[in-house]
Amino acid sequence: MAHQSDLIARDIDAYLTAHQHKSLLRFITCGSVDDGKSTLIGRLLYDSKMIFEDQMAALEADSRRVGTQGGDIDFALLVDGLAAEREQGITIDVAYRFFSTEKRKFIVADTPGHEQYTRNMVTGASTADAAVILIDARRGVLTQTRRHAYLVSLLGIRHVILAVNKMDLMGWSQDVFDAIVADFSAFAVQIGLKTFDAIPMSALRGDNITEASAHSPWYAGPPLMSLLETLEVGDDLQADPFRLPVQWVNRPNLDFRGFAGQIAAGTVRPGDPVRVLPSGRTSTVARIVTADGDLDQAVAGQSITLTLADEIDVSRGDVLASADAPPEAADQFEATVVWMDDEPLLPGRPYLLKIGAKLVGATITEPKHKVNVNTLEHQPAKRLELNEIGVCNLSLDAPVAFAPYVQNKDLGGFILIDRISNRTVGAGLLNFALRRAHNIHWQALSVDKAARATIKNQRGRVVWLTGLSGAGKSTIADLVEKRLYADGRHTYLLDGDNVRHGLNRDLGFTEEDRVENIRRVAEVSKLMVDAGLIVLVSFISPFRAERRLARDLLGPGEFVEVYVDTPLAVAEQRDVKGLYKKARAGELKNFTGIDSPYEAPEAPEIVVDTTTMSPEDAAERIVAWLDGRFSTEDFSI
Amino acid sequence: MAFDGDAPVTTATLTRRPAALPAARLTHLQRLEAEAIHIMREVAAEVERPVMLYSIGKDSAVMLHLAKKAFYPSKPPFPLLHVDTTWKFRAMYAMREQAAADLGVELLVHQNSDAVARGINPFDHGSALHTDLWKTEGLKQALSLHGFDAAFGGARRDEEKSRAKERIFSFRTAEHRWDPKNQRPELWRLYNTRKRPSESIRVFPISNWTELDVWQYIHLEQIPIVPLYLAAERPVVERDGALIMVDDDRFRLRPGETPQMKSVRFRTLGCYPLTGAVESTAATLPKVIQEMLLTTTSERQGRMIDHDQSASMEKKKQEGYF
Repeated sequence: MAHQSDLIARDIDAYLTAHQHKSLLRFITCGSVDDGKSTLIGRLLYDSKMIFEDQMAALEADSRRVGTQGGDIDFALLVDGLAAEREQGITIDVAYRFFSTEKRKFIVADTPGHEQYTRNMVTGASTADAAVILIDARRGVLTQTRRHAYLVSLLGIRHVILAVNKMDLMGWSQDVFDAIVADFSAFAVQIGLKTFDAIPMSALRGDNITEASAHSPWYAGPPLMSLLETLEVGDDLQADPFRLPVQWVNRPNLDFRGFAGQIAAGTVRPGDPVRVLPSGRTSTVARIVTADGDLDQAVAGQSITLTLADEIDVSRGDVLASADAPPEAADQFEATVVWMDDEPLLPGRPYLLKIGAKLVGATITEPKHKVNVNTLEHQPAKRLELNEIGVCNLSLDAPVAFAPYVQNKDLGGFILIDRISNRTVGAGLLNFALRRAHNIHWQALSVDKAARATIKNQRGRVVWLTGLSGAGKSTIADLVEKRLYADGRHTYLLDGDNVRHGLNRDLGFTEEDRVENIRRVAEVSKLMVDAGLIVLVSFISPFRAERRLARDLLGPGEFVEVYVDTPLAVAEQRDVKGLYKKARAGELKNFTGIDSPYEAPEAPEIVVDTTTMSPEDAAERIVAWLDGRFSTEDFSI
Repeated sequence: MAFDGDAPVTTATLTRRPAALPAARLTHLQRLEAEAIHIMREVAAEVERPVMLYSIGKDSAVMLHLAKKAFYPSKPPFPLLHVDTTWKFRAMYAMREQAAADLGVELLVHQNSDAVARGINPFDHGSALHTDLWKTEGLKQALSLHGFDAAFGGARRDEEKSRAKERIFSFRTAEHRWDPKNQRPELWRLYNTRKRPSESIRVFPISNWTELDVWQYIHLEQIPIVPLYLAAERPVVERDGALIMVDDDRFRLRPGETPQMKSVRFRTLGCYPLTGAVESTAATLPKVIQEMLLTTTSERQGRMIDHDQSASMEKKKQEGYF
């Protein structure tokens, strides 16, 4: 490693001072299989003298053993790391390489070219300042080239370098080069890529890598390394309004409360007024605390700890922002989603979404469209498969402070996590917040029972009150519903008499009609539980078989049988509606308890004895039972 | 045979770091520091029982320093764990106690009791078995014993080819195995720390640092390091082409071997009988960096474990080596 070796040997302190002030450029290389990415990176390492003698010896040995260059040095072997991919002869993952020149330190993300690993390219591109897209001069702009250029543009990489490689195999023909550049330019316009640089090169032979090649006198631009050394790395984020996603609350003792995070945009100084998002509370910055002493200012990219002048509530996941130019907070968005998992994105399924330091529950609608990355056409889609890109609406469990991705990657980029497997299944870019009026329209079957109940912060169930006429079912059910309603639960009461005025007006009191009566009520209850409601059913429902039918229609734990236990003599004595009298007089046929049997429940969840309990006490017992269930069920993420 | 251990030194006499006010444009070291601090805070915020693996080497020294910065004025909210082989240099043991005391955190030391009972050592059992039992098995035991679900390590991507592809948050199965083909994509600064109860994460906050970055940062921040990194007269024998320091009386001299006093330093620190020294007169950090920059062999050459086969590190990592 002997670049700048003169200065190193002569004056190490001067060298260290110079190196200390170097800037950093992160870039990705992408291209199709065999375009020569690994060879190019190997060449950059070699030409910047980053290869040590022992590595060189190993490289020469490997080149003879498994190389593809007929015994010549195969630079690709220098960077192809994992054993499995060596055997396949392809790069299968994102690998990071490091080299430095006199002007800059570089981190290279080596990203794969073949289609099934697009997620890795997106990963590498997410942290890159620049992209080098390789093209094999013999093959020109391919499907993969377009895909990579589109992704690079989508992820907001500003500097794109088109490396037209293997020019030696095309006789260094300027016509070939110009045709490829023209082809790519046409595509660049379509994807909104305003500028790019194109360089004719041979990575294998070292032409136009560090020095201008004699083979391309018609090319007036700089070699690749010079271009990489001089690209402007944008510090324009510092000019934006201040944004700090709060990562960690630092509380060493009761007297200190600091908010730690990495600044996503802007500059901050003590005394600056700040606003906490999404709560909207305001304060001013008291100190910028570091282990090296307090700072007078801090800028985008730094990891800092702030204290505020006022004791206001700030937690992990909140965003501290300049008070006069705060970001929006919202819980519904349009976003572009890149799917990265073998299992497809299913609309309506609840995922976890991480943005900044915030983790929230999220559901996604059916894609508005997916993008054909070859033609940029919008195509209809029901779901997103691995490596597909689509535009969808998102609904979050809680509001988050955000910025459109094109403005700020930290406030607009998110990942999606599967709740069961914990895998990172997708990545997304927020486009804009949806106004409430533009609410999300769900595909009918995409949202399931659990999702509907979760949004109501409850679990749907049927509380089925059975007992003789006059036992007090309707009175108790009404009291229970009032209590639940007061607690913010979503309920509906199906009363036997009321239902017979509408849905079941065609039914009489024969045994068949009684069965049909209960069957219909059970089916309606099931629909309502599916809607996430707590359904109170107040029906005599005298037969075990029909109550059993209702129980079986519902999921485990969803059917709560309440036996309103009142002896016939007591009910007949109350006779609120005068029905017993009519039945005894023979004016009513098939009256339960008189000339039709009542089959008492064998194992009800709850029994209320109305001879010893008031209706209020009975309602209280039922509500208490339900509350016990609520508190043991986890509705949170 | 015993020699006095070197006492830990700092580089306090070297150039002072520049004023705390940051330049408007962050340098590469400032960006790397901010990234590492961000990663550490993310673990502290999201993981239940984190631990920092402390190997006493220069990369560990940088990690400790970054941890101090990340959580200041709090102490780092995790203990240090040293997976001991009983065969480290004596100067390393001295450094270990001091570093933990300076940071104000608990230091846990784990020795594989099986290896202790069997008296595993590099002389009788060879480097492969020695490393496997003390380090790989020892680490797995310690993590399981304490129930740590995330462990910081000082590995860097520039060290070795299979490291270049590892994520910053690297997941391990309940059996501590690594699956290089089933890694989670890592985008932007968003790290997915969710896992099943028995699984664990290895976290590498200085993944993107190079050897030069580490040295330069130690120099700028005046971070204490084990003095073995600086050249001094030390007793060594030349064995199989490497200079091995005779650090204590457990060293078994072969017939004809006599320790020679030579001015040497170490580029990497591990078990002393397995760690090769380089002849050097670089007694200050800038001189060490100068030699490193002008040298022609890579850092890991002094470590024997990489040489078994070209994919050996990848295999070891799959088996649970850090």
